[in-house]
Amino acid sequence: MILFISAQESNPQSPVNERFGRCEWLMKFDTETSAWEAFENPGVTRSGGAGVAAAQFVIDHKADVVISGAFGPNASGAFRAGKVTMKLFNGQAATVEQAAQLCQEDKLESFA
Amino acid sequence: MAIQIAVTSGKGGTGKTTVSTSLALSLAVEHDVAFLDCDVEAPNAHIFLQPTFNHHQDAVIRIPEVDADVCTLCGKCVEVCQFHALAKIGTSILTFPQLCHGCGSCTWNCPVGAITEVPNPIGVLECGAANSMAFSHGVLSISEPMATPIIRQLKKKALRPDTEITILDSPPGASCSVVETLRGMDFALLVTEPTPFGLHDLKQITGILNDFNIPAGVVINRDGIGDNQTDDYLAEQGIPILMRIPFSVEIAAGLSAGTPLIEIAPAYRKEFLDIYTHIDECILAKKGGK
Repeated sequence: MILFISAQESNPQSPVNERFGRCEWLMKFDTETSAWEAFENPGVTRSGGAGVAAAQFVIDHKADVVISGAFGPNASGAFRAGKVTMKLFNGQAATVEQAAQLCQEDKLESFA
Repeated sequence: MAIQIAVTSGKGGTGKTTVSTSLALSLAVEHDVAFLDCDVEAPNAHIFLQPTFNHHQDAVIRIPEVDADVCTLCGKCVEVCQFHALAKIGTSILTFPQLCHGCGSCTWNCPVGAITEVPNPIGVLECGAANSMAFSHGVLSISEPMATPIIRQLKKKALRPDTEITILDSPPGASCSVVETLRGMDFALLVTEPTPFGLHDLKQITGILNDFNIPAGVVINRDGIGDNQTDDYLAEQGIPILMRIPFSVEIAAGLSAGTPLIEIAPAYRKEFLDIYTHIDECILAKKGGK
């Protein structure tokens, strides 16, 4: 399973970023190999359409689950169409590593 | 000679509409005047000028519609869209109408002609008259984010090169919608209040006007509040102060009731006529200098 988590820095100990489209980094975690990979969010520098740009990037990387603080109408529309599950930190995860752990334990709330 | 004047401010709530409507009313007595309310997110000049409308039309953005039977999912449309109004998700192209600027790049670049453009209404244009004055405004629909296309369409519809004096009431701020309003204007009348906030935003506007090479003059509204920084800045920039309106409860009360400034305080009529004389001379000098 491929997870993507919105992050402030480019490492697993990074604090989570509550914003999806405007987060600095998108952290990828592969649950099969436990490998982390950091990507600069292509949406962060856009004047508009940041959510769609970031969502397109995550979908292109074959994500199964995306975790953030919230999802805007455009990003969530793209994820629904792409059948990517959206999960929320809800204050439970301070770091991206914790978010990945809680997600695997199925302790994160789904974004409706 | 036809003259087109935009009334703009930078900071919101400084009195653009107060000034633009009374300037128009003062000039309409002896001149052929048209008024365009370009503040399409919150048009309010009609409250003071009381026009009757005889023409209504939709303002539209032409947005892409993808024919899934023809589309090969090459992704070219997604790649060329600067605004991320399209996304390729699985086996379909998703469109996001509220992000679309209607530029047509996706349609133009589709190698198989799978995209057609369909009109997406974002608001209305209304044209009519307020006594002898031609009056037009645009009204952006609630929840629509894009003001610029409707301003562009309003100007295309209502600006006439043979009108003697056209006055455009600009939106607040210094972003795309203001730039679109100012484009092609002969003169910008800047309405500011003498506060640090008013000055900060005024500086942003003067930057735009320098780029456009549009001459400007200033009306200081709520004169007497704030500080002298605005006067100092304008002196330094060589931008003339054409009028001062004091901070007055009587004026504020009249405006709140929808009464134009020159009806609350008729003495201002002459000052507005003097502003026009200045603008006229300024434009003549600029044209003569070329």
